[in-house]
Amino acid sequence: MDLSFTPEENAFRQAVRSFVQSRLPADIQKRTLEGRKQTHDDYKRWHRLLYEQGWGAPTWPKEYGGPGWGAVEQYIFEEESAAAGAPLLSPFGLKMVGPVIYTFGSDAQKERFLPRIRSAEHSWCQGYSEPGSGSDLASLKTRAERRGDGYVVNGQKTWITHAQYADYIFCLVRTDPKAKQQQGISFLLIDMKTPGITVRPIVTMDGGKEINEVFFEDVHVPVENRVGEENAGWTYAKFLLGHERTNIAGVAVSKRELRRLKHIASEERKNGKPLIEDPAFAARIAQVEIDLWALEITNLRVVSAEKEKRAPGPEVSLLKIKGTEIQQALTELMMLARGPSALGLLNDADAFRPAAAYCNLRKTSIYGGSNEIQKNIISRTILGL
Amino acid sequence: MDFDLTKEQQQLGDSIQRFVAREYAFEKRKGILRSEEGMSREVWAHLAEMGLLALQVPEEHGGMGGAPIETMLAMNGVGRGLLLEPYLASAVVATTLLRELGSPAQQGELFPAMAAGERIVVLAHDEPGARYDLTQVSTKATRAGDGYALSGQKSVVVHAPSADLLLVSARTGSGVSLFLVPWDAKGVSLAAYRTLDGRRAADVTLSEVRAGREALVGAEGAALDVIVSVNDVAIAAACAEAVGALEALLQTTVEYSKSRKQFGVPIGTFQALQHRMVEMLIHVEQAKSMSYLASLRSDEKDLQARARVMSAAKVIVGRACRNVGQEAVQIHGGMGMTEEFHASHYFRRLAALELSFGDTEHHLEKFALNSAEAT
Ligand SMILES: Cc1cc2nc3c(=O)[nH]c(=O)nc-3n(C[C@H](O)[C@H](O)[C@H](O)COP(=O)(O)OP(=O)(O)OC[C@H]3O[C@@H](n4cnc5c(N)ncnc54)[C@H](O)[C@@H]3O)c2cc1C
Repeated sequence: MDLSFTPEENAFRQAVRSFVQSRLPADIQKRTLEGRKQTHDDYKRWHRLLYEQGWGAPTWPKEYGGPGWGAVEQYIFEEESAAAGAPLLSPFGLKMVGPVIYTFGSDAQKERFLPRIRSAEHSWCQGYSEPGSGSDLASLKTRAERRGDGYVVNGQKTWITHAQYADYIFCLVRTDPKAKQQQGISFLLIDMKTPGITVRPIVTMDGGKEINEVFFEDVHVPVENRVGEENAGWTYAKFLLGHERTNIAGVAVSKRELRRLKHIASEERKNGKPLIEDPAFAARIAQVEIDLWALEITNLRVVSAEKEKRAPGPEVSLLKIKGTEIQQALTELMMLARGPSALGLLNDADAFRPAAAYCNLRKTSIYGGSNEIQKNIISRTILGL
Repeated sequence: MDFDLTKEQQQLGDSIQRFVAREYAFEKRKGILRSEEGMSREVWAHLAEMGLLALQVPEEHGGMGGAPIETMLAMNGVGRGLLLEPYLASAVVATTLLRELGSPAQQGELFPAMAAGERIVVLAHDEPGARYDLTQVSTKATRAGDGYALSGQKSVVVHAPSADLLLVSARTGSGVSLFLVPWDAKGVSLAAYRTLDGRRAADVTLSEVRAGREALVGAEGAALDVIVSVNDVAIAAACAEAVGALEALLQTTVEYSKSRKQFGVPIGTFQALQHRMVEMLIHVEQAKSMSYLASLRSDEKDLQARARVMSAAKVIVGRACRNVGQEAVQIHGGMGMTEEFHASHYFRRLAALELSFGDTEHHLEKFALNSAEAT
């Protein structure tokens, strides 16, 4: 047992660090480090710079144009990127549909989509949830009927993150309404410009417009846009849900946010002293810091198991639960640190708004499989209950 | 010991609840929230008609002279309906301050207009960086001619954009004094914005604002103790408002869990969620108990004993606000995150109430220090 990084891993860290330091645009960096909202353009700009370096798809194997990094290198890359204030890359192409396409897609799909995901030419969104199907995803109703050399899609998806920017949406649709729930679902790649698609924003409680309803009315999708076999979509969806490994806990970003919390607490004053010197508040920061430290090591255990090709299983659910609890605790403390002035939600649209962040981060325990669903998974698969 | 309301109180409580249910339905509230002023003058007038703006007005001016239980009942309704009108700020805090400190002339001029809903008065006391310390006042009132000149900054003055008059605290020599300042007085500038819970607020800058002697409220230098003491009344009212919102949010969440189906059954049948809603209920009941206590003791004369009650109540209620708010959003799933649906509005109001008049940490510490002194 050894908890230190190898010399090669440390050299890799240095290389990533100097790249990020030299290439990350200063305005993007400033926005991240100050906790302000990134624009879609920020993500794209940074993704293109990575692409030019050959790192456009940091988690992909060499075969598909990735750098071929192992789990530990990916982890180091994300840690260094987050620490320096790089924006998170959009996961929908890189971490979700990309791996599905290179694992189950046709050669034509690989050729057409993978290079464009890597180069940031195409943005993607994920079309799974529906008004009646959230936690119980397999009950989804959006219908795709086979007609000639394609499908006609009708139905509604909801809560779709960044649908307004997406060139493509990957969707779970029902192709066989008679089969048992999981067995009648197919996985389609749909061009967002196809006639019959309407995107309508859903405003979240922090005033943000990051999620949308997406309506499909007689939308024609060529059959070559189906991934894998008809009615086997659930298998690919499950593969995808379990695919994102190294980052689900969000440790790298939380470490950066912890630094920001400390910075805020050192700026604020209580009883004439910096808030960070207040024993009660300092203890609360310490509690999160310690939780995060433990999570980091738990995360590394999972990551190194993957390095040794032992596939990480349901412990990923544990990372998701603890990771999101820590993310939420950090925004809560930033809000409390600001005290009564945190009440001003919109007093400076361009500045960090801790109350807005606190509201927005409530989403993390709801999306990506709610924390209750993660607990169900753990109790079923790890505890055998 | 008696937890029963009198018949009149019962009727008042019922009529407030009916008013809120009828006149402040969520869809109607949305329109008010989006409106230019962010509050409804019509609703305000209606509250005046019901006599609710006069609960703190002295009896000789036609009011009820304090009426802690009635105030609690009114605040319950304000909380349940998520009223955006400045009830707490104007009808409770400012009116109580004027009752305690105002001259006969000031009272005679203002109380009838305030009770009738024709004038809104808001306290502008908190300053940047003061956190929850009410004694930190740097705004200065210096003698100028026959009166004073006020300069300084006040932060997050909720409802300031709707106020006709601001009650501005400022240092005069060694003490703190209160001044009535019209919103449009020369030298007053408001940087307005929305708060977390959709209210209009402003950071107020005063530069050389002239105030005549008739604008001074109470004796010169004698306002701070009264401001601290009225803060206790505000805490009791805020706790009662929170209880109204907490009860509504718990009820809404339970109803949602009975109607929302996943995996072929209502999500309320999952024990994992049932126990969480039971925890919410325990928070609500504990909060309600402490809200009663706070309201009943809000005119207690032993100030240290009263401060202990208020801190204890604010701690229990603050924790309830956070727990019940967060759990409600979680149990509503994606729906809980939206502007469209009422759960998030309760969540935000409860979060704002926790941050008002001292947050949970602040009162926990205050209670601990107060207890140490008391033994
Ligand atoms: C900000 C945001 C972004 C999102 N982005 C996307 C996206 O890009 N693409 C996409 O497809 N979806 C997206 N989602 C949807 C998300 O995946 C769903 O919200 C989530 O799956 C929960 O579904 P639901 O909202 O319908 O809640 P429900 O499934 O109705 O759940 C309500 C509550 O019941 C609980 N519950 C449900 N079943 C059980 C059970 N068996 N045991 C115990 N508790 C249970 C849940 O945990 C939750 O607390 C997003 C959601 C949010 C909030």
